[in-house]
Formats: sequence, structure tokens, C-alpha cells
Amino acid sequence: MAQNCEFLPCLDSNEVHVLAVDDSLVDRKVIERLLRITSCKVTSVDSGRRALQYLGLHEEEEEEEEGSAIYNEIKVDLIITDYCMPGMTGFELLKKIKGSSAFRETPVVIMSSENVVARIDRCLEEGAKEFIVKPVKLSDVERLKSSMVGQARIQ
Amino acid sequence: MERQAAYLRNALFDQGYLDEQFLQLEDLQDEANPHFVEEVVKLFYTDSVRLIQSIELTLKNTPWDFEKLDNIMHQFKGSSSSIGAKKVKKECSQFQEYCNVGNVEGCIREFQEVKQEHAALKRKLENYFQLAREAR
Repeated sequence: MAQNCEFLPCLDSNEVHVLAVDDSLVDRKVIERLLRITSCKVTSVDSGRRALQYLGLHEEEEEEEEGSAIYNEIKVDLIITDYCMPGMTGFELLKKIKGSSAFRETPVVIMSSENVVARIDRCLEEGAKEFIVKPVKLSDVERLKSSMVGQARIQ
Repeated sequence: MERQAAYLRNALFDQGYLDEQFLQLEDLQDEANPHFVEEVVKLFYTDSVRLIQSIELTLKNTPWDFEKLDNIMHQFKGSSSSIGAKKVKKECSQFQEYCNVGNVEGCIREFQEVKQEHAALKRKLENYFQLAREAR
């Protein structure tokens, strides 16, 4: 019988761990399922602020915080975030992540219901790995996962 | 029973209530997660009630905050899109268009359409899920 690891942070070092950020309850449920079905471990949060908290990044400087990813040495292989969120947008979150030394190499994917070229360009220029137009499909996530696994093998 | 469920489901697609995204959700169901679609739909309906109430509240305050209305409707449209609620999504877009030009009458009318489509789809999906469960 397989152990139920749902409630424990037992992350197999070979599994891809994704931090999903979306203020929509419905979208979080869907992205969680999409990621789990492609054998990723998922942690999902509902805002940019909570994402930074989880990662252990402060607004201005990095500080290792108890309970954060840095502190607990939990690896985050990919961050996937919605663009339009109240408070901090996905773009602002992207900038903070790329501005940190701990997570600047972590690929960040932006999701948005709006297919606006200027927005896409801005995100890619700021270092986003990819821009996915919502609604997110299984093929999008599968493609992401296989590009991640490819990267991991090179390392 | 199974045929009835299948018939209902196909009708929802044929009549434009659902789009391809609903199929995407169905593909995410398996033996370990046999009710995933129903769960997402339930979540959508609980969540969207909150959004509808929020719009109603905003409409009570004059002058109207069109930006706020647009923001709420953007969220509503987003989750409708995520479950494949084609007609609801269309009405949400229409509402946003009226918002953008500050068309009060259009907004009021369109909001009724949104609520109607939202309720109609709920009834139809509830019927379908009921039949699908009984068919198993």
C-alpha cells in the first residue's frame, strides 16, 4: 500500500515540485489537478504575497523565515502564476522572484486569460519561461513538465 | 440511464452551453478522482454566488464603480471559462463591454442575462451529474 503523503512534505527529490499562484479558487483546483496528473507535487497559494512568504522572500530583502521553502530547504522547481491578481500581479511576483538570489534560476510561468502581445512580451523580457493563455490545458502542463525534466537531466 | 446521461451531456455541447474546456476537465477524471468535474462545477457555483452578490452590492451604490464591476466580472468570466461554461462566459464578456463604455442600461440588462445563463447551466449540469451518478 502506498503511503499517503498528502499532508506531509515528503518530497521525493526526483519529483518536480511546483508552486502554483492564483487568486481564483476554481483555477487553483484545476491547476492542482493538472499538475498532479502529470506527476508533479503541488503547493498552491492564493496570492503573490503568500507565494513570497512560502518562498521565504521579503518585499525588499531575502531573509530565511521559519516555515519557508528556503528555511526548510524545500526545492521549488517551477513557479506558475496567474497574471491578474489583486494586490500583487503575477508580473510583480515574477520581478521579485527574478530579483532574488535564491530563486532567480527557478523557471516562472505566467498564466493569463488575456492574450495581449505587449503583456506577453513584457513577461518574457522580465524572464518568464513561458506565457500560457487560460484556460490551461493538460497539453500545456505536459509540455511544461517535459521541458523541466529535460532541464533536470542536463543538470 | 447511461444513454440518458450521454444524451443530456451531448445536448449541452450541441446547444452551446459547454465548450472544449469541459472536455479537458473530463479527461482529468480517473478511478481515483471519479467526481472531479462535479467538484469543480460545485466550486464554481459556490464561488460565483459570491461574485454575483458582489456585483449586486456594487450596483446599489451610485455613481457606479465601473472599474470594480469590470474587475468582478473579469473573475467571473475567468472561472466560467475554466469550467467550459460557454454561454455564461459570453454574457460576462458582453457585460464587460457595456461596463467599458459606461452603458448603465446595457449593464443592467446584461447582468440579468448572466444570472439567467448561470442558473440555467446549473440546473442542466445538476441533472446531468445526477443521471451520471445513477448510471454507474
